[in-house]
Amino acid sequence: MSQQTVTKPDPVGIRGSSVRRGDRIFFNLSRAAGVLMLAITGAIGIFLAWKAIPSLQTDSANFFTEQSWFPDSVPPVFGIAALAFGTVVTALVAMVLAVPVAIGIALFISHYASRRVASTLGFLVDLLAAVPSIIFGLWGLSVLMPNMQGFIAWIVQYFGWIPLFANPEQVYTKSILIAGVVLAIMILPTISAVTREVFLQVPQGHIEASLALGATRWEMVKMVVFPFGKPGMVSAAMLGLGRALGETIAVALILSAVFEINWQITEPGGNTFAANIALKWNEAGPNGLSALIASGLVLFIITLAVNMIARLIVARRKEYSGANS
Amino acid sequence: MSLTTNENRITTEELRELLAGRRLPKWAPWALAGGAIGISLLLLAVGVLGGVAQAAVSAGVLFLVGQAVWSFRIEGRRHATDRFATTLIYSAFVVAIVPLVAILFSVIQKGLEVLRPEFFTETMRNVSSRGTGGGILHALIGTIEQVLMATIIAVPIGVMVAIYLVEYGKGKLATTISFFVDVMTGVPSIVAGLFVFTGLILTFGLERSGFAASLALVILMLPVVVRTTEEMLKLVPKDLREASYALGVPKWRTITSIVLPTALSGIITGVMLAVARVAGETAPLLLTTFLTQSLNWDLFSGPQAALPTFIWDQISSGTDPSVNRAWGGALVLILFVALLYVGARIVAKIFAPKTR
Repeated sequence: MSQQTVTKPDPVGIRGSSVRRGDRIFFNLSRAAGVLMLAITGAIGIFLAWKAIPSLQTDSANFFTEQSWFPDSVPPVFGIAALAFGTVVTALVAMVLAVPVAIGIALFISHYASRRVASTLGFLVDLLAAVPSIIFGLWGLSVLMPNMQGFIAWIVQYFGWIPLFANPEQVYTKSILIAGVVLAIMILPTISAVTREVFLQVPQGHIEASLALGATRWEMVKMVVFPFGKPGMVSAAMLGLGRALGETIAVALILSAVFEINWQITEPGGNTFAANIALKWNEAGPNGLSALIASGLVLFIITLAVNMIARLIVARRKEYSGANS
Repeated sequence: MSLTTNENRITTEELRELLAGRRLPKWAPWALAGGAIGISLLLLAVGVLGGVAQAAVSAGVLFLVGQAVWSFRIEGRRHATDRFATTLIYSAFVVAIVPLVAILFSVIQKGLEVLRPEFFTETMRNVSSRGTGGGILHALIGTIEQVLMATIIAVPIGVMVAIYLVEYGKGKLATTISFFVDVMTGVPSIVAGLFVFTGLILTFGLERSGFAASLALVILMLPVVVRTTEEMLKLVPKDLREASYALGVPKWRTITSIVLPTALSGIITGVMLAVARVAGETAPLLLTTFLTQSLNWDLFSGPQAALPTFIWDQISSGTDPSVNRAWGGALVLILFVALLYVGARIVAKIFAPKTR
């Protein structure tokens, strides 16, 4: 099909000004599409800010330090302190669990597994990314949570003296810890995929040189792969963090949506920006909607910043490795 | 030195030991693994360990410690560390596969319980949350319509952006667009829903409908489509383009009739993967449509259900029959996504450019 158009080009299409007009139209169309992408990113911020302002003006408490959430009462009292705390702590728990495992997976696929099976195993890990978050939530709520009771009880029994794990009520459901575990599973493929790509870029010469000098495989990884892949690992972790911060449904199903700052991560509690929006959306009045949009704006700004930093690190890495090869 | 002073000839075994140091025998890890599993099973049988999960963890720890100690005594610190790290790296992979298998197992096992033919042909209309029965027809229709509409809008725009970036993109504008496409991939799905709600529903009076949901999905699909299309366009050899220019074909005709057909299989694969990703999105749908239990063919008006929101609704009801229905919905959703993945692979094979 394509050959025919090459050998028999439309005689009208290649003549003088009409060529240039066609090219110009096509160029402008494609550029307009590109500009539209930028416009959408900007429009998200602008519209969220515009619709958030009304509620912020009515808020009788400090938006950033208030923990409770009563935007539809008179006078409205609401703030994001508890939401921000829950979002960050849940994401951090997920990061602590996921980053080491994800780096292990990336190493396994890039430098330990044999070439023949590596791509298949990589595909298996990527499949985890294809599971919709609502299914993670359903599984986390009705399979993982009951099965984690014993484990959490064990942690509380032996490590309860650490304030973070204290749980005097001995109720082990709907906690930040469980949400963190589910989030960790969800961000594993994101982190390991980016890390894997960077690890595969390590120059073969460096690897062989270190092995020839008598390094064990682990020493090679420590002295060649990690230094080379460090920026990539950092940015992969930040991409995972961005995903963890913005995850909605799985977290909304697992956490018990409490509007207070509570450091005890094994107790029922916790709440996040995204989960709160999903849970409160249909019961919110006009001011409530505006308040939820305001919290969404904060989430958007945070994830945008995290993603931008991650991408900037990776972009610099690309230039470096390009110059190297 | 020792080689020459020693009167007896040395065996290859000893030579290797002199050069590379003493190593553990090849069967050592297998023997250790067998021993660790054996001891754990014994402890499980005696009743010291509470369950299979605990036995697995204990076997892992025994193996890790046993190997480290043995290796340290014979091979020294460096090799002991190496073996320790290798074991951890292998187990990291296992740790990732366990939840994948566990989730698929739960979804298939619990989903099959409610999966009858009627599950696909009935809606939830007039089905009480405490009663069994009902089906997902309304949700299935909603998901198909919404995802199809999102694809129809997102693909042309996304492909055009990719063309701009690959074929025309030079200078600041292209770099900026490329950067923000990457950043957009990380925008939380709920923010996409918020954007459609504030930008189109509140500001321009768009109805909360299946179409509004499609638009939210477009925001999530666009960056994925752009990225994958871009990768595919980059793979098209420069020679093809130059041959076409040399024949006097204008650039836009070269792109539409040479570059795009060559990259078609990759683009379709990428699009199907993007569809698979947004088909399971719940949060943006919750903000842009209303839930319903009835069938609604009209994408543009009235509340419309979708598979993810159906599952959400059934979990929220919390009764046993509705949670069972949620598992059924989850199985159908997974099958839907899996179908798209398999389809993507088949399409990639069929439309792949013939290599002589």
